[in-house]
Amino acid sequence: MTVNVADKDKMVVVEGSYAVAHAAKVCRPNVISAYPITPQTHIVEDLSQFIADGEIPNCEYINVESEFSAISALVGSSAVGARSYSATTSQGLLLMHEVLFNASGMRLPIIMTVANRAVGAPINIWNDHQDSISQRDTGWLQLHAEDPQESADMLPQIFKVAEDKDVLLPGMACMDGFILSHVYEPVVLLEQDLTDEFLPAYDPEYVLDPANPMSFGAFAAPDTYEEFRFMQEKAMQAALPKIEAAAKEFGEIYGRFHGGLIDEYLTDDAEVIVMSMGSILGTVKDVVDEYRARGEKIGVLKVRSFRPFPKEQIRKAIKDAAAVVVLDKNISIGLNEGALFTETKSCMYNSRCDIPIIGYTIGHGGRDVPRESVAKIIEEAKKVASSGITVESQFLDVKEELL
Amino acid sequence: MKITSGGVCEPGSTLANKTGGWRNFRPVYDYDKCTKCGICEIVCPDMSISLREDDFFEYNYDYCKGCGICANECPADAIEMVLEEK
Amino acid sequence: MSKPAPKTYLAPGHRGCAGCCDALAAKFMLMGTGPNTIVVNPTGCLEVMTTPFPESAWKVPWIHSLFENGGAVASGVEAALKALGRKEGIKVIGVGGDGSTMDIGIRSLSGAFERGHDITYVCVDNEAYMNTGIQRSSGTPFDASTTTSPPGKISFGNPRPKKNMPAIMVAHGSPYVATTSIGYPRDMIKKVKKATEIEGPAYIHAHAPCPTGWGFDGSKTIEMAKLAVETCLWPMYEMENGELTQVKKVKNPKPVEEYLRAQKRFKHLFTMDGGDEEIKKIQATADWNIEFYGLQ
Repeated sequence: MTVNVADKDKMVVVEGSYAVAHAAKVCRPNVISAYPITPQTHIVEDLSQFIADGEIPNCEYINVESEFSAISALVGSSAVGARSYSATTSQGLLLMHEVLFNASGMRLPIIMTVANRAVGAPINIWNDHQDSISQRDTGWLQLHAEDPQESADMLPQIFKVAEDKDVLLPGMACMDGFILSHVYEPVVLLEQDLTDEFLPAYDPEYVLDPANPMSFGAFAAPDTYEEFRFMQEKAMQAALPKIEAAAKEFGEIYGRFHGGLIDEYLTDDAEVIVMSMGSILGTVKDVVDEYRARGEKIGVLKVRSFRPFPKEQIRKAIKDAAAVVVLDKNISIGLNEGALFTETKSCMYNSRCDIPIIGYTIGHGGRDVPRESVAKIIEEAKKVASSGITVESQFLDVKEELL
Repeated sequence: MKITSGGVCEPGSTLANKTGGWRNFRPVYDYDKCTKCGICEIVCPDMSISLREDDFFEYNYDYCKGCGICANECPADAIEMVLEEK
Repeated sequence: MSKPAPKTYLAPGHRGCAGCCDALAAKFMLMGTGPNTIVVNPTGCLEVMTTPFPESAWKVPWIHSLFENGGAVASGVEAALKALGRKEGIKVIGVGGDGSTMDIGIRSLSGAFERGHDITYVCVDNEAYMNTGIQRSSGTPFDASTTTSPPGKISFGNPRPKKNMPAIMVAHGSPYVATTSIGYPRDMIKKVKKATEIEGPAYIHAHAPCPTGWGFDGSKTIEMAKLAVETCLWPMYEMENGELTQVKKVKNPKPVEEYLRAQKRFKHLFTMDGGDEEIKKIQATADWNIEFYGLQ
């Protein structure tokens, strides 16, 4: 992260959730609709307090009876032309699944913070990415933040991209549950004046309005359905440069840059590149710093945008490495691979580059990933670089004695 | 036709779909019997009956599906359902 | 009927069957609301038949999202209008079938009513899942044959009575709950108008005989609706703030047999052994309605 020196004076120590709630507030939402679920609760509690104190003008907060209704209400509000926000996680996100497709298909730029958490069974409240990754085909933008500051800064960026007329897709701003949502760290709370400068008011072409009574949500037969899907895909592709541009413009206005679609850390000359998303990158960078101190050329590729998937940028970033290892806090059961690993392999397959790529699924249900484990992973990747792949994808630290 | 963002549709645009072709029986008024009560207009599920300037009603056969509710409900028995010849 | 019919905001060209009850319900509903209305319509026959892309039969703003979220979408529409300062003079009305209202969508509707949004919701109750081919819902009456409650060697059809949805909505503290029927257009128009003029969540339950699903000729839709009321199987009343304030009286109730005999879905009651005993049970329901709602 690039931090403006002047920011140090502005920093306050707050909980990650507060930083995010505050960021949502300065984005001037018109409708917030949410249902409490751990570890998202502090975000919606803080927003509720802002509402109770009259700090969010022209905004209605709907205390819905389920996540299904949380996101459904926003389908209605967004269609009226309201900037619409929610936050959820895990089971709540899964309960929204059907509506996620709907919001995207109707091209409603609803934004939602996802405080990533594992999904049951067994029920588990701790962090991994199974919840949002399992929504990857719903047609939502999906960005992953590394730290509380980025979790907050991501909101105006993703609103801006989602509401762009060439995009008009809903978006998830993902942050690791507890690890980022409940940590107290110094952050800069987003300035209202800078946010107003960065994020223009939402100005949709069509809204529900008796003065121009359009119909939303018609059914499409086989003669047009394919074109609807094509247009969603086109919008996703259009979002690729917009995500880069929004991150860049954000940096110019606020003085902070967390990467665009991806963020490279010491990758230029790296022989081994570790790829991942979210807060684990902090630990990975610490370990890589130790390797670098010993003169070993290890680099880190942070993937910030999971949807749209930045194929070109990833190809370019990893093509010169001798080996790549991808860390996923999710698994496709039956494939024994995490999604980022599968998709990274997929985007390299038809390129002329034939570097070995291995994957680890890590941190399931909040399992700690200590530095030693990251070092173990890097050591394995070094072996792959010299002598090829022995195990393509594996769990990081299964306790054999429990099986 | 161009697909609008999210598939938004223009109001009342089903007018492009003339459902009169579905009809097997055609409702026909006997204006001598008609009392201009207007029940036929209100009970038409296809909005195919309209008031004329002389306060009698007329059918829009472009859309009338020939369901026969109007004839069934007419208190003056002033509507006859006539077999369409196709 | 000397006074002219109010203007409606539903266009012809929709794909409803000849004699469609949903088209009539939507037509009457919009006669009651007028043009300054936003309609939220969960999935069902009405939604499908009125909006095959790129066409729409609706001349007021209309939104369909999913089957089970009509209440929540309406909540969001209302909240957005308020937040944007556009609510004044605009009515938000949900309209769904018995399935999307009483079964799959009840959570969403319950939430919307509990929260007290200023919306009206109209249930067009044709007593089964017609859009998917006449399967049983919780609105299907006792002993009716549907494709998932067929009569057989050990069954007379649907084994349960209709869910009393209006009572559930009254229990939410709704200021206005009314039952109506498409057999009585003026009644329905009046009640919808009243509901939309009342502040807070109001509920209208409109009985709507479906010729295709119930098995009668499309010309008899209105007649069948009236027969349900005349046999006291469908009581029409208004409840304001939990109190019964108005009831449509039925001076000389017709026997339920007259209503049942006119529909294929009850045909088995007249052919199967023991059918007459079943008809007595249905008559007992009508008798209970007469007593409970004071229909006479």
